Amino acid sequence: MSNHTGDLTISQPPGCTENTVTNETPPAPIASTKGLNADLVFKGVTAAFAFSILVILALMALEMVKESLPTIKAFGWEFINSSDWNPVQDTFGALPYIWGSVVSSILALALATPLSVGTALFITEIAPRKFGGVVASLVELLAAIPSVIYGLWGVLVMAPWLQQTVQPFLIEHFGFLPFFQGAPYGVSMLAAVFILMIMVIPIITSITKEVLLAVPQSQREAAIALGATRWEMIRMAVLPYGRSGILGAVILGLGRAIGETMAVTMVIGNTPQISLSLLSPAYTMPSVIANEFAETTSKLHASALMEIGLILLAVTLVINVMARLLLWGMTRQAAGGAK
Amino acid sequence: MNPKVKIDKLNVHFGQTHAVKDVSIDVPENTVTAIIGPSGCGKSTMLRSLNRMHDLFPSARVTGKVLLDGGDIYDRKVDPVSIRRRVGMVFQKPNPFPAMSIYDNVVAGYKLNGRVKKSDADEIVETSLRRVALWDEVKDRLKNNSMELSGGQQQRLCIARTIAVQPEVILMDEPASALDPISTLKIEELIEELAEKYTIIIVTHNMQQAARVSDYTAFFYMGDLIEWGETKKLFTTPEKKQTEDYITGRFG
Amino acid sequence: MMNTVTLRNLKNSLITVSMVCATVAVLVPLGLIFFHIMKMGASSINLDFFIHIPKPTGETGGGMANGMVGSALLIALASTIGIPVGVFGALYLVEFGGSRASNAIRFAADVLAGVPSIITGMVAYTLLVVPMKGFSALAGAVALALIMVPIVLRTTEEQLKMVPGSLREASLALGVPLWRTCLKVTLRSATKGVMTGILLSIARVAGETAPLLFTALGNQFWSHKLTEPIAAMPLQIFNFAIAPYEDWHRLAWAGALVLVTVMFALSLTARYLGRSKQQS
Repeated sequence: MSNHTGDLTISQPPGCTENTVTNETPPAPIASTKGLNADLVFKGVTAAFAFSILVILALMALEMVKESLPTIKAFGWEFINSSDWNPVQDTFGALPYIWGSVVSSILALALATPLSVGTALFITEIAPRKFGGVVASLVELLAAIPSVIYGLWGVLVMAPWLQQTVQPFLIEHFGFLPFFQGAPYGVSMLAAVFILMIMVIPIITSITKEVLLAVPQSQREAAIALGATRWEMIRMAVLPYGRSGILGAVILGLGRAIGETMAVTMVIGNTPQISLSLLSPAYTMPSVIANEFAETTSKLHASALMEIGLILLAVTLVINVMARLLLWGMTRQAAGGAK
Repeated sequence: MNPKVKIDKLNVHFGQTHAVKDVSIDVPENTVTAIIGPSGCGKSTMLRSLNRMHDLFPSARVTGKVLLDGGDIYDRKVDPVSIRRRVGMVFQKPNPFPAMSIYDNVVAGYKLNGRVKKSDADEIVETSLRRVALWDEVKDRLKNNSMELSGGQQQRLCIARTIAVQPEVILMDEPASALDPISTLKIEELIEELAEKYTIIIVTHNMQQAARVSDYTAFFYMGDLIEWGETKKLFTTPEKKQTEDYITGRFG
Repeated sequence: MMNTVTLRNLKNSLITVSMVCATVAVLVPLGLIFFHIMKMGASSINLDFFIHIPKPTGETGGGMANGMVGSALLIALASTIGIPVGVFGALYLVEFGGSRASNAIRFAADVLAGVPSIITGMVAYTLLVVPMKGFSALAGAVALALIMVPIVLRTTEEQLKMVPGSLREASLALGVPLWRTCLKVTLRSATKGVMTGILLSIARVAGETAPLLFTALGNQFWSHKLTEPIAAMPLQIFNFAIAPYEDWHRLAWAGALVLVTVMFALSLTARYLGRSKQQS
């Protein structure tokens, strides 16, 4: 009833208005229906846009499943269990790509996590506030650089450096280990691990920073008042309070690393092999899609790449949901603890 | 007798704000000293300078002396960590560590000094919890999360955690202001008992509470120490007009 | 007793130092990447870069003029598709959405934001490239729009939520219909915040490469038709970087410098808008 324009009633003398309202009920509803209609249309339009996101997501999953069906039918579980990827003979096994994705992401995360948490702790607990803010902004800049530029730097600057200095050093001193055997190619699993590490650090750092800022000051004071040093305060009060949030940040970083395409494609060497050596080239799931999808040789080839995409989608969905739940739990705890 | 804590011409600045102005108080051993005054009068700031909590905030500047058993805690050679071990603190809102069990909360500070034998830790937990009259309420669920306790229980847990490190002085910053009347009463009884063993300095905005629990009272107004002395005397025959106005409820 | 305190302080100092080291280790690659982009980019960039298209394989010189125009076109088109969906979707969440529907949409947006961009490209490929029988600028723009939507939606929603309810009620009480109130009052008072979100989403997609690989595909020449493959800067940087020619590497660095400059300009503007809004 608040929505009708009311021009009619206002322009009429008071007596008439009363008549309109009491005796001739129809006009008022018509006026308000008119306003309501426009509002209904507005609601409909915005709803259509809002719900289109659900449709897009559903369509995405549906298309991926539909297009993957040929290889799912042809190979079944063998698809993720076999290393034989031969588009010419139409046999497809995705194991080397899965291996490459898993190993590169996990190692990158193992390196990135301590560095990121350390940096976040430096920003929130150690540095003077202004300086911490500057470091945080710099780290956010790192997040804004596009993947292809990381790749450019990786392939033209980092890979040659690895090839000339780091890898020969590793071969000479640690060559007895299976992880550092073979020739120094530059482009390699090691290069992918490094570039992924650099790329996920800003994500983990900035989310961890937010998580740490959500730890109530009273927790820090409690530890300090017990005679804790700053590190003991962090270990006793800050990290336990933020642990689920930090875990969420790390998992979100994992999601980013697994789906990362361009930079990895440019530095990993794109060779489908399963090798323990970090010095040898490898391949990842997004990379094989990037390299082969535009030029598939057969229906089955396209389907195989689609199935890799489907696996990737499923994994990233699970990872993102997990991370959201953990971060959500953290914010709820912070809200509850403030009571 | 020498005072346990001697505050000598203490000043605290926060940036441009002069929060505590030239304050001197003597606190005798095993007594309860209450600090009263309207909110924003600098009483919490004063309290926090007695165990160097301000070190956490680089913007606070403390000058003057705080002598603990005759030694200045602001001496350059003194380590704030060892000072905070001797001078414990209980806060306005109960702040147990939510990720820890009741048991772990009690020994959290005690464990900092290195590895602790299980039997020693058990003993510390029991005596500390008994002293705060929480033992009977929680002895069957020591491994449960500390957050399932009520507010009053949480505050007593925090006091247990503080006395577990065997401090000499306990600072209390309005320890009962967030609690219901019954829990408040329990905390007040506890303060009296604790005074047999510890020196207690308590900030409170509640004058009745100060009158009930303390031996000495100091009245603060706008960062100045207006008057301090025996509680009985201060509440019955105050020397200053401002004190009288405040305790009779004419302002603040 | 004193000994353990010394030991604990030592441990504290050691760990503090290691945190400083971690921070340095994080910032060093950042510094190196900037250094190389500036150094290599500045020495490679010239007027030709902005006005010429790439030379054929093996010849030196040329530029990325078609890629810049192509990227601008793709972004403009993606914005036309993605921004209305994001902004109006956010209006729905704030004004009409029941809690269950809104939560589902929010959740879907968060999930969509986490989908690897290459998957977005694959989906755009099956939905547009296959039926249209060819790679096209339009497919590329749709793929980019899919990436923009969740970013715009979530930031816009945050901004709209901050508009005081009293402002809306004042407008409604004056008899202004709800739809006009939404557009003229709610949306307008959140303009700066919404612009911030839009700029950030543009900065994000301006550098996206993976979703364009099998949609816009790239083009060695000028193209302005939406139904044909089109050049884009990130694609050119990718192709030139992995090619074995020094001169193409030079172009890639120059392209990186331009791209990074544009993106930082966008994020700085977004930050400035966001900050000036906080102050008002």
